[in-house]
This record gives sequence, C-alpha cells and structure tokens, in this order.
Amino acid sequence: MHPAPSIIAFSTFSGLGLGLLFWLGIDSTAPTGWVAFAFFAIAYALAVGGLISSTFHLGRPERTIKAFTQWQTSWLSREAWCAVAALVTMGIYAFLLVFFDTQVAILGWIGAAFALATVYTTSMIYAQLKTVPRWNTALTSALFLSLSIAGGALLSGRVTIGLVLLLVAGGLQALWWKTGDTRFKESGTDLKTATGLGNIGEVRAFEPPHTGTNYLLNEMVYTVGRRHARKLRMIAFILMLVVPVFLLLLPYPHIFGLLALISHIAGVLVSRWLFFAEAEHVVGLYYGMR
Amino acid sequence: MTQLPEKTDRKMGLVIDLDTCVGCHACVVSCKGWNTENYGAPLSDQNPYGADPSGTFLNRVHSYEVQPESGPAQLIHFPKSCLHCEDAPCVTVCPTGASYKRTEDGIVLVNEKDCIGCGLCAWACPYGARELDKAEGVMKKCTLCVDRIYNENLPEEDRVPACVRTCPSNARHFGDLGDPDSAVSQLVAERGGMDLMPEQGTKPVNKYLPPRPKDRLNEEIDILAPLLAPVVEEPKGFLGWLDKALEKL
Repeated sequence: MHPAPSIIAFSTFSGLGLGLLFWLGIDSTAPTGWVAFAFFAIAYALAVGGLISSTFHLGRPERTIKAFTQWQTSWLSREAWCAVAALVTMGIYAFLLVFFDTQVAILGWIGAAFALATVYTTSMIYAQLKTVPRWNTALTSALFLSLSIAGGALLSGRVTIGLVLLLVAGGLQALWWKTGDTRFKESGTDLKTATGLGNIGEVRAFEPPHTGTNYLLNEMVYTVGRRHARKLRMIAFILMLVVPVFLLLLPYPHIFGLLALISHIAGVLVSRWLFFAEAEHVVGLYYGMR
Repeated sequence: MTQLPEKTDRKMGLVIDLDTCVGCHACVVSCKGWNTENYGAPLSDQNPYGADPSGTFLNRVHSYEVQPESGPAQLIHFPKSCLHCEDAPCVTVCPTGASYKRTEDGIVLVNEKDCIGCGLCAWACPYGARELDKAEGVMKKCTLCVDRIYNENLPEEDRVPACVRTCPSNARHFGDLGDPDSAVSQLVAERGGMDLMPEQGTKPVNKYLPPRPKDRLNEEIDILAPLLAPVVEEPKGFLGWLDKALEKL
C-alpha cells in the first residue's frame, strides 16, 4: 500500500496527542494553570495537526464534513465522530483546569475514553480490510492502542509506566511483524482463486492490461523499499523501543526523557511507513505482483 | 446510504465468457468512450501522449497463461470490471454515503457529489474495480451503463452496457442474475459460471464462465498407425537428386 506521508504523520502524531489526552484525562492530580495549558497545547497540536494532515490526501477535502454521516457502517465516519467527541470533551475539561483550577474528573474520564476510542477507530479502518491480510487482524488495533498509550505516557513524563508500556508495545510490534509475514498466504487468496483458473493448472500473469502504470498499482501495489524492510524493522524497533528504554533508565529524566521521546517518535514513524509499504493488497495478484 | 440493502429486486450483472474472449480490448475502449462523456465526471488521462501515460479506466483486460499438468500452456484473456457484489465491502466503508447499492437492480454506484476522494472504497475492493480520477478527485467505477440500459432514447438493441454491445466475440452477456430463468442465469448454470475470490466473501453478481476443456491431439493415436504408409514419400526426380546430393555434402 502506498505510504502517503500525510497518513503516516496523521496516524503517528494524532495517536501520540490522543495518548497524552488519555493520560491527562485519567490523572487524579491533573496539572492546572499554565502547566496544564502547556500539556494540553502539545496534545491538541499533535492530535488536531494530525487530523488536519489526514485531509491532505483527500481528492475533495472541501467535502470533509460529509464524512460524519455514515457512522452506522463506516469506521472512517466513526473515527471522525470519536475525534470530535474527544477534542470537545477534553477541551471543556482543559478549559476548567487552565482557567479555573477546577478538575471535573468525570469529564476527564469521558474524554480519555473517547481519545482511546478514536485511536481504536483509526486502527479499525485498516484492520477491517480483508483485502490487505497483513492488516486484517485484531493485533493491528492492539498495536495502535499500545503505541498511543505508551507515547502519551512518555509525553506526560510518566517514566515507570512508560517503560512498561513501551515493552508491551514493542512486544506487540514484533508479534505483528512476525504473524503478518504469513498472513497473506493464510488468507487463502492467490492468483488461482483470483482468476478461478486454478483447476486447469498453474496460473501466471502473462500480460498486464496496459504498458504503463495506473491508480491501482500506485496506490495498492507499492513495492518500493520493501527489500530494505528487514533493516528498517530493526531501525524502527531500536528507535521506538531499545533507545527510549535505555534512556529512561538513566538519571536526569527531563533531558533523557525528551531524547527518549524523540527517538520513540522517529521509530514509530519508521514503523508506520513500513505498516503501509509492506502491506500487500490482494489486487496485486491480478498484475502478477504483490 | 452505505448500509447494504437486505435484498435487491433484481441482480443485474455481467457474465463473461473466458472461453470466447479473444483479448481485443474493444470493451475497454467502448467503456472509456461511453463513460467519459456520460454519467458523472469524465475519465481523465494523465500525460496521455507523454513518456509515462496513465488514466482512469472502468474495465481492463488482463491476460493469463495457464500451464496444465500435460499439454501446451493456454492463454486466457480476462476482462475485469466491477462485479456489483451482493456484499459489497466498498459500500459499507464509505464515510460519506457516496457509495451505494441500488435496491431495484443491485447496481453499485458512486454519487460523485458526495465523494471526498478518500480512496478507502478502492482499498476495500479486492478486484481493483474502483479508480480515483486524478483530475476530478472522485472515485470512478463501472455503472453497468446505468445511463444506457434504461435509456428509452436509444434503440432497444443498444440498451445494454457499452462493453456488451461492442464485444465482437460475444464473450460478454448482460442480464438479471437473480432470475434463475433469465438467459444469463441459464448460461451460468450450463457452463459452471464461477465467482472470483469467493473466499473474500463479497458474493459477486458478475460471473465468469471457465474456458472449455481443450482437445488433446496426442491422447488417442490409432494402434494401427505404425502400419500405415507414410504420407510423406521420398522425393523423386530432380528433388530426389538434390536431396541425395545435399546429403553427401
């Protein structure tokens, strides 16, 4: 699948921002005043910035508002609703904390729940697709949620719980990669079922419909960089997990915590790039490709 | 609405005969020709006369080589367009309600005024039946020529999809696959029409007729064959001399 930069940025940064909102929402001793302002400003910059960047890949961004109508069937529409619900609820919660030093815990809890729900709906946009076997698993949701909560913990300066969550997210990432490598084969879809010609003999794509490329190949049969996938996985894993864990175990949590966060974000960006670049859509079979 | 209808009154669709398709791509051309100037936005081309041309098509013809266990390989031409699935995953993922399946005839359509061009429906389709038009920013797909099949301004023989009307080898058939007595349903029953990627659970309406078994020349050789006189005789006269002369060289 084509790794559109706008989608990679969106899912990474909005995941982080929503993760931070989650921690701010459930914090029984939430910051107030200007400290709260700084935290919420960061969270909103990440979450809203990410959501806005997601509209950049639309063919008709001026009609985005229509995406709120089909929540009954569409995960994308549900994501839009959850994001607005999370941002509005947490907005009121933040307003009271910053300007009135008042914490309305119930608002925080509701906002935190919507923040996680937004990340879950984002993950389901991918996990629902039977056409992309690598994504079509509940592990995808677990991975997105764990990365969001772990990143949020780092952002909010929670070292101990952050360490634990990083390890959980890293484990899920490794498991997702490992099981993902065989999922296409396990899906049972191959050129034989795609053409229905398997009972005659071995099927081979002989001639594509056209000599040039097309939307389908650009969007869903993106193969650039896959040969470096192993190396990139190592880089992603080291940056998102190994380096931050090492840095968090050092003293001076402020400076090393910041470095840990930057490393983690860089690692998640690489991992998210791979999430798309490595994902094979079944339509590639018709073109004799993966 | 992106909720699929529980059932449709009819199941209009195509039956494509892989045995008779000659791979001429006439259906591709007629489809592009009709649909670029009728329903919805035109089907744009990018850099059509340049080094790297591409464009939006609703119907494309692949060719596959199938190698049986014994005997020569077979070349099978394979036209592919929207299969108007009963359980169309492209429809339910649409966030705006632009994609829908019609209750009256089961045709899957895009209301281009509502489409935001997010591309999720194209991701959800296993067959590559949807293409985002680069110029218009909206999703394009086969309409089953909805603007032809009910069009009373056209002569009756033209009230079929453009691809069906143009096919010179009669490899494309159009009709109601929900009616077991229709000509297309009979054809599917008779020839063992099949679904593409049945494991994806999309329940396609369009059916493909598998190629008929090929004749095998080498399977039944007459046991008396060795006793028959050879058809090719030794040349005589000038040719015989030439043959011998060349042999000696």
